[in-house]
Amino acid sequence: MTSTNLHMYVMMAPLLAAFAVNLLGRVSRAWIGPLSLGALTFSTIGALLTLLRVLHHGAYRYTVGNWQPPFGIELVIDPLSALMLLLVSGVALLATCSALKSVQNELPGREHLFFTLYMILVAGLLGLVLTGDAFNLYVLLEITSITTYGLIAMGSGRAALSSFNYIIMGSIGACFYLLGVGYLYILTGTLNMADIASILPGLNAPAAIATAFAFLLVGLWVKMALFPLHIWLPNAYSQAPTGAGVMIAPLMTKVTIYLMIRVMFSIFSPDYTFFAHAGVQAGIVWAASLAILCASGLALAQRNLRRMLTYILIAEVGYMVGGVWLANGTGMTGAMLHIVNDALMTLCLFLAAAAIIYRTGSLEFDRLHGLYRRMPLTMAAFTVGAFSMIGIPPTCGFFSKWYLLLGAVQAQHWEFVAALLASSLINAVLFFRLFELAYFKPAGEDVPSASQPCGDAPPLLLSPLVLTAVALLVVGLGTGPLIENVIRLALPPGFAP
Amino acid sequence: MKLLQERVKDRPAGENLIIRTAVRLMIPFIQLYGLYVIVHGHYSPGGGFQGGVVLGASFILLALAYDLRTSLRFMSERVNAVLGNVGVLIYTGTGLLCALLGGLFLDYSALDRILPLGPVEWRSLGIFVVEVGVGIAVMSIMTSLFWDLGSGGEMDEGL
Repeated sequence: MTSTNLHMYVMMAPLLAAFAVNLLGRVSRAWIGPLSLGALTFSTIGALLTLLRVLHHGAYRYTVGNWQPPFGIELVIDPLSALMLLLVSGVALLATCSALKSVQNELPGREHLFFTLYMILVAGLLGLVLTGDAFNLYVLLEITSITTYGLIAMGSGRAALSSFNYIIMGSIGACFYLLGVGYLYILTGTLNMADIASILPGLNAPAAIATAFAFLLVGLWVKMALFPLHIWLPNAYSQAPTGAGVMIAPLMTKVTIYLMIRVMFSIFSPDYTFFAHAGVQAGIVWAASLAILCASGLALAQRNLRRMLTYILIAEVGYMVGGVWLANGTGMTGAMLHIVNDALMTLCLFLAAAAIIYRTGSLEFDRLHGLYRRMPLTMAAFTVGAFSMIGIPPTCGFFSKWYLLLGAVQAQHWEFVAALLASSLINAVLFFRLFELAYFKPAGEDVPSASQPCGDAPPLLLSPLVLTAVALLVVGLGTGPLIENVIRLALPPGFAP
Repeated sequence: MKLLQERVKDRPAGENLIIRTAVRLMIPFIQLYGLYVIVHGHYSPGGGFQGGVVLGASFILLALAYDLRTSLRFMSERVNAVLGNVGVLIYTGTGLLCALLGGLFLDYSALDRILPLGPVEWRSLGIFVVEVGVGIAVMSIMTSLFWDLGSGGEMDEGL
């Protein structure tokens, strides 16, 4: 048992737990909770140790099965991937507490099937964060996508149709990515990211390389739901079982953005990404600004809390894509910080939505009246999450938005500045409208409050929610050390301030 | 001959004596061939996936020639699900065991520490164990895909 394999154990624990949950969960439901929570607690601790190790001894590489790199699969554990490892396992752990309760409520008798898919999804996300091989990345991307399709299809109502739409769009995205990898393989004869990166500059095939680059990026954009390619997301995420939404919404888009960063800087170089094609960099920042504005506008039109959150999620994707493509250190710092912050904020809001739906059974706006009186703690945590989403100072949302704004000003992309500010204002409108509904409007006659149990959600739903709300404040106040010790190391050389 | 004709008359349409007899004769050979492909997968063309598909196809053939219930008599849904999980656990467990014994993940030469046969021999044996796991899992998933899609998840009449 050596520490060399620590990150591997982090990834293996949920994978083994997935099949153990399926086997033992058939026998008794009581096995599911301890097994999945135990595996994820182990992963979170392991991820924390991995991060500390990377910070002390620097980044390292790992070969699976001892097959040497250009031939075997290589894993890269650098500060950014170690940070993502901790983020994914931590968010998954908190989400699982809530999912255990919601799933028991929504899918009785099918819990072992749900949690098998769920744990494989976590293992896939952890693998995505680690891998340093372009094709292995595709395989893991499909593992996460296929499990997500299954999880979403377990929802009620039209969830199967939404999941089918997602399958079509997700497969198109995956095909694009695979085509891009194919082009690179034909050009370089290797699938290892570092190896591709060392061979590419010496090649004289600008059109083929540009095609590969475009295919890879568009594939990932479909998967992360960047604005014009987002159509699958709102239905899929809002109709998924509550327990699945709580986990998928914070992690899937964020991990895909991390993958975009990997493709841009580990396969291609920052020079190639930003400066090889005139107008591409500026064009993408414009597209991201448009994405932010349109998605925020669409969020205004929603009358259901979870649907509104999914549109905010799409706007946030615009923030991070735009931030990375600003092509300066400040913008990139903001984008990477926002990956962490947005995962926590989205987790907080979706956990609150899960707690509300557990108690009241509905997330329509006109059913939220008087919620502050009935569920004070849940709504307090929801308020912290909402403040973070708007970007009010002590919460972490403010700091990443500040870096993004500074980066945009430095790069003189005023359209991005305008989009960020407008989106913050729209978020303020969105959430203050909710506060008004839930705080000032008394519970109407149509709400059968007498028949419903009053008070906050059960502890298993409430404690992860409160913890996440606290984490939002802690990460907000710890932004300085986080950037100084981790994110600054993750910036590509030449971009560190 | 008369006996045969009478037997055929009793059966509902779509059940063909020739197909059933042929399938009954073929299935043992198909399964034996599937096992052969799995067992020889690590040093000749073939492997766990291919062998698993051949094994799974034998159950699907049984379900097509007879009906879904008959195939469930030979391999119940519960056993199938357990086999699927056990197959993957054999695969990942072998990888994990290598890591726990001080090697890298899936580095079979580390298994030498359990039974000293030499690292080279263990590389061959390790991949064999993994192929067996893969074969079991693929067989189970193939069969279960057919059952679920063919009967809409009801596991009754099927196609």
